[in-house]
Amino acid sequence: MSELTFVVELTILVLAAFLGFEVISKVPTMLHTPLMSGTNFIHGIVIVGAIIVLGFADDTFTKVVGFVAMALATANVVGGWFVTDRMLEMFKRRPEPGEREPK
Amino acid sequence: MISDPDVLGLLYLVAIVCFVLALRFLSSPKHARRGNWIGGVGMLVAIGTTLLIEGLGNWALIVVGAVIGTVVGLVGARKVKMTAMPQMVALFNGVGGGAAALIALAEFHETDGVLVWDEALSVALSALIGSISFAGSMVAFAKLQELVSGRPIVFPGQNVANIAILAGAAALGVGIVAGLEAQWAIAALIVLALVFGVMFVLPIGGADMPVVISLLNAFTGLAASATGFVLDSTVLIVAGMLVGASGTLLTLLMAKAMNRSVANVLFGAFGQVQVAAAGARGDDGRTVRATTPEDVAVQLSFARQVIVAPGYGMAVAQAQHDVRQLADLLEEKGVDVKYAIHPVAGRMPGHMNVLLAEANVPYTQLFEMDEINPEFQQTDVVLVIGANDVTNPAARSDPASPIYGMPILDVDKAASIVVMKRSMRPGFAGIDNELYLDPKTTMLFGDAKDSVLKLISAVKTV
Repeated sequence: MSELTFVVELTILVLAAFLGFEVISKVPTMLHTPLMSGTNFIHGIVIVGAIIVLGFADDTFTKVVGFVAMALATANVVGGWFVTDRMLEMFKRRPEPGEREPK
Repeated sequence: MISDPDVLGLLYLVAIVCFVLALRFLSSPKHARRGNWIGGVGMLVAIGTTLLIEGLGNWALIVVGAVIGTVVGLVGARKVKMTAMPQMVALFNGVGGGAAALIALAEFHETDGVLVWDEALSVALSALIGSISFAGSMVAFAKLQELVSGRPIVFPGQNVANIAILAGAAALGVGIVAGLEAQWAIAALIVLALVFGVMFVLPIGGADMPVVISLLNAFTGLAASATGFVLDSTVLIVAGMLVGASGTLLTLLMAKAMNRSVANVLFGAFGQVQVAAAGARGDDGRTVRATTPEDVAVQLSFARQVIVAPGYGMAVAQAQHDVRQLADLLEEKGVDVKYAIHPVAGRMPGHMNVLLAEANVPYTQLFEMDEINPEFQQTDVVLVIGANDVTNPAARSDPASPIYGMPILDVDKAASIVVMKRSMRPGFAGIDNELYLDPKTTMLFGDAKDSVLKLISAVKTV
């Protein structure tokens, strides 16, 4: 990994915060639950941290902790994505009168 | 194997762009699903890149951990009912936060606690926020799943105790930043943060869950971001912060929709005060009027416009499909049917929208509070299905009411109101609803699903 100084990282963080507010404020109320579940999926990015920690672990303690982190993060990624996909599949426009399926 | 940091950085940049696009595409239901796929690609790029880092080992552990996580995640995602979505979101928040805290713990151990101050700060923050998010989410999950009471759990001196615990954890964090290298310090910090996470969600009632869930979402994002500082990973910093921004924005929106400050939601132990306040109010001798499905069916069938105002009761009864069927029947009879969605109806932001989408209600029929409120005056019948506080006119008229000032659906402006409710028990906020005493209001008691099914058969015979 390239070494970044603290201040550079902080700059990236602050810019990301502004970007986040900008992008998220355009999400309509209707999609707020998928937004929550979609961002749930995105914070599954900790899986990258879990892989690095576990992949470079030397002693048993780190291996155990890293392993649990790996399992949790993977559950976060996989579960978060599939739930969001299931949810978004349901958002449809009003079908034309002819194609409305009887229920 | 990749050892060039620039190549790694570029690949992570691709992932970052994918995540931003994923959120960008969520601005319309038309593209939202595609957005999630783009996010998925970004995640695969990030994971693939990480696995290619030179010198990585412990492959067996990585694979087994990934397999366990995948199985759990897949089964959870497939099996969960749409009505249980708030719990599921809470759960995923929790595991993400837990993973972030564990990464911080492992990193502190690996370095024997010898860290430059900014690394130490990131480790402490990641452990602190991640643990709070983990424990808080688990309590939120237990409350939503009704493993523990959804009502606020309070005891004297709670806020003082909470502040003391948080201060203790913060002091340990400061110690770690100042150069404390002992392993017990990080362990104690995590334990205190876990206790705080439990304690701060316990006193929060079910009706305030949309705020809490959003806040925990923000916490997990920030924890992930802090982890990015620990590991010098831009993708973690940016992706975590995007989530942090989203959760913060939703928290503020939800609090605004209830006309309360976030601090009031978190420390006010809502539901306590107003039970007493409401009990003191007389009902002026007015009584509620019960009605029958047959009567309601006639009312509905001859209406020009009907507005459905759903709430958590519809979710609990899983009545969304039947509600839609009823709406279809009415539309065939030429009745205009619309849905009025209050921002905090249900247990999470947008909860009602997801349920109705699951029942194939086209989203063009769903109206936000501000859009629909002027329409109630021209509406013949409002069907309130399992919603309570968001329809209570006391929010407009009674300064003594604890929900005074909260924007509500103006259902009482309609020509007549039918409230479907299990019993006369007050809602989660513990407040009497004046709407029920309105002469224009009739009550249809029973489980929401049963009542709607009875309405369907009654409407068919009209």
